[in-house]
Amino acid sequence: MNTATALKDEAHTDVTWQTICTKADLVAFSGVAAWLETAEGPAQVAIFYLPGHARELYAIDHHDPFSDANVIARGIVGDIKGDAVVASPIYKQHFRLEDGSCVEDEGVTLRTWPARFDGERVVIEA
Amino acid sequence: MTTPAPTKQRLIIIGNGMVGHHLVEQLVEQGALDRYQVTVFGEERHLAYDRVHLSEYFSGRDADSLALSTADYYAEHGIELRLNEAVFALDREVNEVVTDQGRTPYDRVVLATGSYPFVPPIPGNDRDGCLVYRTLEDLDAIRAAAEQANTGVVVGGGLLGLEAANALRGLNLDTAVVEFAPRLMPMQVDTEGGELLREKIESLGVQVLTERATQRIEDGDNARHRMVFQDDKILETDLIVFSAGIRPRDELARDCGLEIGERGGVVIDDQCLTSDPQILAVGEVALWQQSIFGLVAPGYQMAKAALATLIEGETRFKGADMSTKLKLLGVDVGSIGDAHGNQNPGARMFRYLDQIKQEYRKLVVSSDGKKLLGAMLVGDNSYFDTLMQYYDNGLELPEDPASLILPSSEGAPALGPDALPETATICSCHNVTKGDICASIDAGAVDLATVKGDTKASSGCGGCAALLKSVVDHELTARGVEVDQSICEHFAHTRQELYDIVRVESIKTFGELIEKHGHGLGSSSAPGLGCDICKPAVASILASCFNEPITDAAHVPLQDTNDTFMANMQKNGTYSVVPRIAGGEITPDKLVVLGQVAQKYDLYTKVTGGQRIDLFGARLEDLPDIWGELIEAGFETGHAYGKSLRTVKSCVGSTWCRYGVQDSVGMAIQLENRYKGLRAPHKIKFGVSGCTRECAEAQSKDIGVIATEHGWNLYVCGNGGMRPRHAELFATDLDDEKLYRTIDRFLMFYVRTADRLQRTSVWRENLEGGLDYLKEVILDDSLGLGDELERQMQTVIDNYQCEWADAISDPEKLKRFRSFVNDARPDPDIIMTSERGQLRPA
Ligand code: SRM
Ligand SMILES: Cc1cc2nc3c(=O)[nH]c(=O)nc-3n(C[C@H](O)[C@H](O)[C@H](O)COP(=O)(O)OP(=O)(O)OC[C@H]3O[C@@H](n4cnc5c(N)ncnc54)[C@H](O)[C@@H]3O)c2cc1C
Ligand code: SF4
Ligand code: FES
Repeated sequence: MNTATALKDEAHTDVTWQTICTKADLVAFSGVAAWLETAEGPAQVAIFYLPGHARELYAIDHHDPFSDANVIARGIVGDIKGDAVVASPIYKQHFRLEDGSCVEDEGVTLRTWPARFDGERVVIEA
Repeated sequence: MTTPAPTKQRLIIIGNGMVGHHLVEQLVEQGALDRYQVTVFGEERHLAYDRVHLSEYFSGRDADSLALSTADYYAEHGIELRLNEAVFALDREVNEVVTDQGRTPYDRVVLATGSYPFVPPIPGNDRDGCLVYRTLEDLDAIRAAAEQANTGVVVGGGLLGLEAANALRGLNLDTAVVEFAPRLMPMQVDTEGGELLREKIESLGVQVLTERATQRIEDGDNARHRMVFQDDKILETDLIVFSAGIRPRDELARDCGLEIGERGGVVIDDQCLTSDPQILAVGEVALWQQSIFGLVAPGYQMAKAALATLIEGETRFKGADMSTKLKLLGVDVGSIGDAHGNQNPGARMFRYLDQIKQEYRKLVVSSDGKKLLGAMLVGDNSYFDTLMQYYDNGLELPEDPASLILPSSEGAPALGPDALPETATICSCHNVTKGDICASIDAGAVDLATVKGDTKASSGCGGCAALLKSVVDHELTARGVEVDQSICEHFAHTRQELYDIVRVESIKTFGELIEKHGHGLGSSSAPGLGCDICKPAVASILASCFNEPITDAAHVPLQDTNDTFMANMQKNGTYSVVPRIAGGEITPDKLVVLGQVAQKYDLYTKVTGGQRIDLFGARLEDLPDIWGELIEAGFETGHAYGKSLRTVKSCVGSTWCRYGVQDSVGMAIQLENRYKGLRAPHKIKFGVSGCTRECAEAQSKDIGVIATEHGWNLYVCGNGGMRPRHAELFATDLDDEKLYRTIDRFLMFYVRTADRLQRTSVWRENLEGGLDYLKEVILDDSLGLGDELERQMQTVIDNYQCEWADAISDPEKLKRFRSFVNDARPDPDIIMTSERGQLRPA
């Protein structure tokens, strides 16, 4: 347990921006899934691309807690009361892209990661 | 007013049926629980439920959804609810009620014990399989008995008897109704109306026997029972339901010496007091001025009067109107006031009879022709609401009262919601007037749901729903509130309006549509996002209009995941693959290919309910390869994922079958190829049978085609699924060409006018004017739309291409079929296990 915590702390200090893919790999107004190695272990991330919007790029957990399947990147993107959201393709709950919070169930929040473009490259902080 | 008593009085309600429960709600709402400690005894094991809609128990509703309340509600208000505990005596000497659990003291008692179905004293009436129709338990018994039965008879051709007959028919029994009187529904209709009703009901396959008195029931030869009638004629049947009227459950009152009417019923006054002022009676057990009221609305009014008596209020029971509007076996019957015209000396009548359309209407008016005294409707209840308002509010009739029952095209003056006075009763079950509705709106209600919550209107028999909606819509509009019909927060339009906009303005993308007509989160350089409601709906509209590939970049973000990946997502994130097998016909070679592909990609295989083969468990990244191989072998997409044409089920037909009169497989393949790829508000299924034996179950499909000697009979708007509905015969003996044209028009009209996710069955049920209207539009081209609809269909047909073939030839479109954009590994969290020799999700 101690080692794990120590490890994590240590890793935390050298958080890096990882290059995931290029802009051309993304699908406009929709999502793709990516494999991410983080200090806490591997994670599946859904990356959404909203060209022309105030914020263009979002990285959010690809795992849907309601169905326990890795499918979030395949959901429909939209907005509800001004928040950009994605609807899980399985049981249709909505998650806010900004902070991962679930619209239907306050207790549930998906992980999110900072993401940005570096030129044509898509980078995620993890 | 009165100072509350230091200790609460003990109030016992006997019977937890519709009226008993309504009284409980009144006690809660009017604050009477400050003065009364309430105990409710109910003999049934269920909490009060909606008996009026009891029959829906057979068409998919369960006991929970029929319940009028919950045990929590009773507990929350401190009301003791003792279900499954019948009261068997009322001891007035010591003021106690007696059950098998003991005695409970009371200060006041309300009898709400309802009534029981009368079973005529016929020898043999207690044989196994002789049942009644009143409680959930009765229906369970009928359902169980029907499993062993082929035929069923209902004794009694009144309102409840016909409802029971419909239920038997729904349980797939050959059904007959036996009525003692010379016609059906003798209380509500006259000879002419009764004749028409008989014709209509017989045409539904229910046998109607009138003027038959059953003498005895004994063992049958070919069925379980034999009914022997007064003329020694016989009828054999496996199951008998008695529905020969109701009798008040007045036994408690009788035993303790309360005043009982000559033909039963606990006598009450306007305050619902019985001959013992400590005891009240409400609902179907109560006899007021020599009348028992066998409907729920008068019962609710009695409950209100009883409440007033308990809290010293003013409300009195003043009798109730027995007007009814019913749909029995799909046939409209309405009766208002003095429908027979025999209670008002000097009354005059108007009658309208159309034997072709099978409609009958009668007006009974005062001798000066100014007031409506009664009316009778058979075949079309759309006249009911207006007539009821004239009757109820004593409105002066128009110059020519006959116009009120002439077919609407004759220009009957419509009585809009604004013509109604504030005092007009809109919902008679809950006694809600137009004034109450306006009050609710003035207090802030801006939609129908809130008005319903405020006033309870439309939560009884439901008969007032249409009128309520029109009054609410009208009042909201009058106050400048826009009545919200929006599909979602991004478009203030219905699906139908969006469809028209897309067509008229020839809009080809979602972005353009939301920019011009929608709102939401966008920016100067990007259109709004929309959401998972409007996007797939618009995608479907665009596809119905232009049929561009749904995988084109502009359309990709709109689709449900199933459409995006052109496969059906399963619970573990894998997909199922369903290639088209038109008409269910498949060559051995192709069957072998399906097997090989399944083996290669480790797919679970199953024959579907739609006559084709489903391959389950395909990983996202394997989909393009799987389809590559299938397309190579001559398969194309089956659209199992789309709101589009699914399958055309066929029987083997004249090519092999000794009874077949046409080539049903050939026709099924023609139809499937014609309409494949047509996107619609919901999925569409067809069936084609080679003869009237109907092995393809075409009558349960959106489009059913059944071969005749001379061509094809066309059935429309059937449904399996959650609420099964038989398709209706739409046109007969069509040749191939005429069949295609008719279906072209029909489907395009559906695509144009239906709501999102509305199957043809539901669309049809909501279509004003019903089947006749549909026939006029499609067959008689009354709107002059025929050519246009056919042309639109032709565009869709001409632009068809297999979406999968299109996608695998375009690397850009395949981009999304990667497990991870930056890693080729498959999703490690998908875990399978093996069962019966195949894989399934662990
Ligand atoms: C695969 C299949 C079951 C099977 O193994 O037999 C099936 C599977 C599904 N059905 Fe079905 N239905 C299948 C035949 C049917 C039938 C039988 C038929 O077509 O004759 C019916 C009743 C007939 C009817 O539709 O009227 C049927 C009535 C439904 C309904 C209820 C529709 C309704 O109007 O009440 C749904 C829910 C819906 O569409 O909203 C549904 C939905 C579904 C969904 C899409 C549920 C879902 O979202 O996951 C299932 C996914 C299919 C998949 O993953 O491939 N399925 N479903 C059948 C595919 C037939 C085919 O070859 O395409
Ligand atoms: C199939 C069907 C369709 C109908 N359709 C319509 C319609 O379309 N429109 C309409 O207005 N009306 C309709 N009705 C009639 C309507 O349901 C009744 O008018 C209404 O239910 C009467 O309410 P009630 O409380 O008086 O009686 P009930 O609802 O019958 O309730 C009486 C309750 O008291 C219980 N009880 C009896 N004796 C005792 C005892 N000694 N101790 C404890 N409990 C006891 C009974 O078990 C029962 O649960 C229909 C009825 C049926 C059966
Ligand atoms: S519907 Fe008629 S033609 Fe078709 S298989 Fe059945 S019996 Fe034969
Ligand atoms: S009239 Fe019965 S619910 Fe309104």
